[in-house]
Amino acid sequence: MTYVPLYSPAIATTHLKGPHVDFAGLSPLIALLGGAVLVLMVGLLGHRFVRSQVVPALSLGALGAALGLTIWQWNANKSIVSGALRVDDLALTLNLILIAGGACTVLLAWRSQASREAAHGEFHALLLTSIGGMSLLASAQNTVALFVGLELLSIPLYVLCATEMRREHSLESGLKYLIVGSVGSATLLYGLAMIYGATGATDFGAIASALSNGSLATDPLTLTGIALCVAGLCFKASVAPFHQWTPDVYEGAPTPVTAFMAVTTKVAALGVFLRFFDVALIATHASWGPALAVLATITILVGNVGALGQSSLKRMLAYSSVAQAGYILAGVVVATRLGVQATVFYLAVYLMMNLASFAVIVARERETGLGDDLQAVAGLGRERPWLAWPMTISMLALAGIPATAGFIGKFYLIDATVAGGYTWLGVAIVVGSMISLGYYLPVLAAMWMREAPAGLGRGDAGRSSASAPGPSGGPLPALAGGSPELDPGDELASAGASADVPAVPAVQTPATQPEVLAVAVLAGAATIFFGIIPQPLFDLVHGAGAALGLL
Amino acid sequence: MPALSILIWLPLACGLLGAIVGLRSERVPGLLALLGSLAALGLAIGYIADYHSAGAHLQHVTDVVWIAELGIHYKLAITGLNVFLVGLTTLLFFAATLAANMRSWDRPSLFYFHFMLAESAVLGAFLAQDLALFVAFFDLMLIPFYFLIGGWGREPGRVKATIKLVIYTLVGSLLMLAAAIATGVLAAQQGGGHITFVLSSLQALPLSTGSQEWIFLFFAAAFLVKMPAFPLHGWMPDGYRAMPIEVLMVFSGVLSKVGAYGFLAIVLPLYPKAAVHFQTLMLLIALASIIYGSMQAFSQRDARLVAGYSSVAQLGFITLGIFALNEQGAQGALLQMVNHGLVVAPLLFIVGLLAQRAGGSEDVREMGGIAFRAPVLATIFLVVALATLAMPGSSNFVGEFLILLGVFKAKLAIAIIAFSGVVMASVYALRLFIRAMHNRVGKSVDSREISLMDGLVFAPLLGVIVFLALYPQFALHRSEGSVKSAVFEAQALAGNPHAQFHYFSGTASTAAIASTEP
Repeated sequence: MTYVPLYSPAIATTHLKGPHVDFAGLSPLIALLGGAVLVLMVGLLGHRFVRSQVVPALSLGALGAALGLTIWQWNANKSIVSGALRVDDLALTLNLILIAGGACTVLLAWRSQASREAAHGEFHALLLTSIGGMSLLASAQNTVALFVGLELLSIPLYVLCATEMRREHSLESGLKYLIVGSVGSATLLYGLAMIYGATGATDFGAIASALSNGSLATDPLTLTGIALCVAGLCFKASVAPFHQWTPDVYEGAPTPVTAFMAVTTKVAALGVFLRFFDVALIATHASWGPALAVLATITILVGNVGALGQSSLKRMLAYSSVAQAGYILAGVVVATRLGVQATVFYLAVYLMMNLASFAVIVARERETGLGDDLQAVAGLGRERPWLAWPMTISMLALAGIPATAGFIGKFYLIDATVAGGYTWLGVAIVVGSMISLGYYLPVLAAMWMREAPAGLGRGDAGRSSASAPGPSGGPLPALAGGSPELDPGDELASAGASADVPAVPAVQTPATQPEVLAVAVLAGAATIFFGIIPQPLFDLVHGAGAALGLL
Repeated sequence: MPALSILIWLPLACGLLGAIVGLRSERVPGLLALLGSLAALGLAIGYIADYHSAGAHLQHVTDVVWIAELGIHYKLAITGLNVFLVGLTTLLFFAATLAANMRSWDRPSLFYFHFMLAESAVLGAFLAQDLALFVAFFDLMLIPFYFLIGGWGREPGRVKATIKLVIYTLVGSLLMLAAAIATGVLAAQQGGGHITFVLSSLQALPLSTGSQEWIFLFFAAAFLVKMPAFPLHGWMPDGYRAMPIEVLMVFSGVLSKVGAYGFLAIVLPLYPKAAVHFQTLMLLIALASIIYGSMQAFSQRDARLVAGYSSVAQLGFITLGIFALNEQGAQGALLQMVNHGLVVAPLLFIVGLLAQRAGGSEDVREMGGIAFRAPVLATIFLVVALATLAMPGSSNFVGEFLILLGVFKAKLAIAIIAFSGVVMASVYALRLFIRAMHNRVGKSVDSREISLMDGLVFAPLLGVIVFLALYPQFALHRSEGSVKSAVFEAQALAGNPHAQFHYFSGTASTAAIASTEP
């Protein structure tokens, strides 16, 4: 027997082999999470300019890098991280939508009170981490990866909701979201555990094959697991009756964060519905299909009826987003290629429509003292046509009026549901649209047919904006063009606040917040453009539909 | 002749241009709108002159694939059914724009933008040969009116009235959207090919009777609300009261016709079995509209609502003619569509002029003796009133005669009751005329002759009324072929004795002939 020393180089080179890491496939995720770390570090630097300008710019840079890397990985169609994640057209399309939403949120939050209070670096780091979690969720092929992505998405959001620390509603919204979200996550985890118990696998493909052989598909353990998973995911996607948290949380959170939640969380949550239900659980479609269809119908009704008569725009948009989640769920229910395409198409369109209206709300909040009340947009048609038109287009698109992308999206969804054999669900979507007119039209009426309320004052008088301790600088004349933003720690810091506590900003007109105006106008223009020439979007979602291998 | 797209989009382009330039000048948007509507009118007259009734079913076709995935084509064509309706639309919009230019409006660039968007949308609805495109234009045409009524309407209650109107109409339209999508999907599943919404392709893929029935009901809901027909007319009084006269001229004259056109051009060819199944129901609804509308019209105090309820009754006659399911009824209905539009627009303009002469009130009790110092106005009003009541010698008489002839052949009892509508029409038309123009001069009446500009608004409308009165065959002859092909299958299924005509350019009808022949 030859004596071989334990640590000889020969053994070292033959035995040590690291796992194969597909950095190219992971690159968008690395860009996002790496960007989060970078932004957090840069945010520690003391200089005010760095914190308030460089940090958001770096966020945008990270998102831009992720965008470029996503496009670079197009047509890759591979599984990475030992099959836990899948980089295919569906994941990449959803990534595009998420990055667009994230970039617009960064723009909306650039001058926001929340970002200031959360010391810019932390705010943007949380934002980027959340987007990273969403991206992970969109490509998850494994129940563990699903859960990791979900938590990575949710926990930064819980904190982001509470960033306007001096406003009670913001703290309340963060706490509510934390508690309800945790319950949802726990329910989901329990369901995933049961499915593991039933099938013995965590990989979606393995679950699918385990369920398609034999009687597992009707086994009580499987079905209970599926039911609990539905409940958990419906919490996240705010599908009724698990939507109760949505109005309060959306209303209380700072508006840029609400915009982020309303748009990107839905995209991620409904994207994971697609992968989980249409790939892993496809064999049990006969069990969960009708159940989800009923849930979708209830969601559509509850969401639309709940939004009627709301005077707070954020609350109205919260209920409206519940209803929209119902429409999108209909595309998931049919479990056909057409359904997947319609779902992804509507998610892209949903992003544009909602961002337009949220941008207008953000702009108006900072200009008037009325917060997100309907009165804040009264008379906007005459005063601020550049804000009124995006809001008009957004409301008409959400209602599904032709010449907007919302019409094409609804057409596609109804087409998918009727072709999938759920004609009554298509009619439910239509009925929901009818009811929705009752709350979208009054917004248009307020903007174009009513006069602006007299004597609009400073931003600190509003419900939704933070108020600094100590005396404010006295009311400015209504809409007097707005003074440049006061530096934090300036005269208002005399009340004993430290240099880090942000002071109340002066009135900001759209001219002084061009990035918000740009988001509004671009989103509105995109909604009309894709309503008239939707072919580019159709080409985009075509690959996404093919990715799941459904009929 | 230039492409149909130019006809459709020219008004909108002028509206957009006016909105941009109007930021500097108050007069320019109105003049640009006038120019746009005049150019559209010229094009429409050209298409009417160019239409060959013996030629192909669809003429001046534009066919471009809009959304390949959903099988939606941007397909436009002139047919015998829409050639005169397009002419009516452009004529009425021209007259209304001229009338609007005589007033000054708040935010004129926005007003004329919405006005021109409305014209483009209505023209698109008439010319669309693709079901999804038709539904899109149908829904779209309501939105500019929402803004026009809400933004420039009369108090009190303009905002409430416009929300009510829009919700009523869009409820129907959204049901129609679901039905239209179902048509495309079910037809594709049956035929085995790719989904398509082109009307001529759908006509070759008839659906099962059960599907046709619920789809028919959804379409009927949309069109009946638009017209409006008796049970679904709730939006009409408030809506009519709230609209400015110029907007009301086009709303009443043109928009209601889109609903009737939809029945004739889309519902009857695509869902003939359902049309036969629900024939009696539709005839009864039409009858109810005629009786209810006429009875309300002759007891109204508001002159506008006399015109409004008379429209309900007249559209009831049109529906009656369409659902007689034979050529005469359908021909009469199409002719009446054009006639009613030609008559109701000057009638509403006259109501506006009467109000100006009665101290601003449109209440009939405040009017009286206006004819004394306004002989030309009185003459024009008399012509319009006699046309409304379908006096023999007017084109309306020919239309009503054909409709009643058609219904007589289909359902005798309903025809007999419908005759009473003719009598009631004379009551309300003459009542309005006499109360307003003759007898004792009203308290606040200060009558004067119409101005030259008012005359310019009336001139083209009255010219066409007189022309059609003298030569209604002009319209009847050109629309004959298309009407026959539209009604053909329903007529055959209804077993009407005169269903021997075999004209149609398509294989579907030969299959239908083969299946209905014993």
